[in-house]
Amino acid sequence: MSFAVKVNKLNYHYSRLAVLKELSFDIPSGNFFTIIGPNGSGKTTLIKILAGILKPLSGQIDISGQNLKQYTPKNLAKKISYVPQSVEITFPFTVLEVVLMGRSPHHGILALENQYDLDLAYKAMAFTSVEALAHRKADQLSGGEQQRVIIARAICQEPQIILLDEPTASLDIAHQVKIMDLMEKLKTEKKMTVIMVSHDVNLAAMYADTILLMNKGRIVKIGPTAKVLTYTILEKIYGCKILVDTTPLGGYPRITPVPAKYQKITDSKPLSI
Amino acid sequence: MKKAKLNLPKRILVVSLILLIILAGISFLGLACGSTGIDFLALIKIIFKSEINESMLPAIIWQIRLPRVLLAALVGATLSLGGLVFQAILRNPLAEPYILGISGGAAIGAIIGILLGLSRFPGVSLLAFAGSMATLLLILVMASDKTILKKDSLLLSGVMVNAFCSAVIMFLISMTQDSRLHNIIFWLMGDLSVADLDQTFSLAMVLIPCFIIIFYYSNVMNLLLMGQEQARAMGVNIKLVILILLVITSLMVSSTVSYCGLLGFVGLVMPHLLRIILGPDHRVLVPACILGGGAFMVFCDLLARTLPEQGEMPAGVITALIGAPLFIYLLKRSSR
Repeated sequence: MSFAVKVNKLNYHYSRLAVLKELSFDIPSGNFFTIIGPNGSGKTTLIKILAGILKPLSGQIDISGQNLKQYTPKNLAKKISYVPQSVEITFPFTVLEVVLMGRSPHHGILALENQYDLDLAYKAMAFTSVEALAHRKADQLSGGEQQRVIIARAICQEPQIILLDEPTASLDIAHQVKIMDLMEKLKTEKKMTVIMVSHDVNLAAMYADTILLMNKGRIVKIGPTAKVLTYTILEKIYGCKILVDTTPLGGYPRITPVPAKYQKITDSKPLSI
Repeated sequence: MKKAKLNLPKRILVVSLILLIILAGISFLGLACGSTGIDFLALIKIIFKSEINESMLPAIIWQIRLPRVLLAALVGATLSLGGLVFQAILRNPLAEPYILGISGGAAIGAIIGILLGLSRFPGVSLLAFAGSMATLLLILVMASDKTILKKDSLLLSGVMVNAFCSAVIMFLISMTQDSRLHNIIFWLMGDLSVADLDQTFSLAMVLIPCFIIIFYYSNVMNLLLMGQEQARAMGVNIKLVILILLVITSLMVSSTVSYCGLLGFVGLVMPHLLRIILGPDHRVLVPACILGGGAFMVFCDLLARTLPEQGEMPAGVITALIGAPLFIYLLKRSSR
């Protein structure tokens, strides 16, 4: 099996506060890989290190079989594209211009676009349903629309790996599912490796092949969805009462945090089916 | 519409050509106008080396007006481009060398150089460069704290740096008692009258390579507008690029400041106007700012020379009269 990402004994800290401790894991090529965990567990730091934005302090990371340190920023950008947590387009670029920026790593210094780039940009925009907005000013769009524009830009970059930091956080439920469907399509149709940080464990459960559960900078559990999302593990890590049952569609694990008013009923026994 | 975007090289050429024609037109006007009145016919005759009887006019045009027009064009181009670069790096459409206090820092260095009796090049210019780098460093240290990148706090810190620079300049001036005083004060307000052809030529030798380097990074500046993390993820070597752009820009700005003092708001007016007309793509905006900024400055200098009944006023007065109200308008619009 080929690996998109191999991480070995990765450490990172901000000033003296350790954020990531001795992380080691592999991500197979073509995997839908989701990183979950409570606030402050180091998820965003991890994904920024994989994107080349933060430099690891120790440990080794291989991307497509080559050490991360050996990539120039441009070569890394041809392999990996990154969609940040919050997108803020402040200058009046059109949507098409923003999406075309994704072609920069494939070009020389002025990045003059050719017909191939333009076709690719339109395909990427169609993929995220922003084609109709192509000539609108991106700074005047809603948060959800901007998010889809940035994802189109990331696709236009033609990477093998796409990194997303909570892509569904600012979206309504319809768009949440749409974005996740899209990521699944990237995996199945374009054979991309999708690596995503998510707070939404239920969405993660329905789409991910592999889940990495983190807490306080360490790996708690890594594996297929059903093995990671169990109430014993989740209750311990999130520190609240949790009900785990299965969805009527597809039989995925469904996680419900239990409100205080129902906790008395459930105190006596663990909730699981 | 799918094809429209493909013509970028053509678009750059057309925009440059139109602005070049405007620049040439205004420069022609600048050569023709002066204290001896406007005389287009004489100018055309002189340009084509026809015989004319008035012996003084060719000398005035070639040795006084031409260097001045060229200097104005260079300075306008530099300050517009400087504004454009700072706006891209700080992702703030209100950033500008004068407003951020970088011109002020260069002025302190230059005044120290003048008071020490150094020659304009390289002594005064080097001190001006050192001064601008020092203020730039100060601003970057403040800007490294993320909160200050918000528009208001960045501008506030610029105002403070500027106030401090003004105080130092006033201090230096009040310690001076000789005839250089009038020169310094006039120079401070932005003065293009000192130019001779050799000086203008050597300034151009410094500035034109800087223009080329900045154009080279124009697409990178587009990516920087999406935020540094995004730019990094699109393959930009952020630290290196920002370092190069900042050093180049303060080199340009400080060399113009050491020649002609403080000309405020030029870096605000032209990039803003051109961005409205042409959009935010730097591959178009960089050449447009060079030519458009040049034309704007030649025009302002023309007003400065011809508006007063007698003598002239510093060109910095004109640029501030146009730029400051625009700045207030932009600030009000951006804070809505």
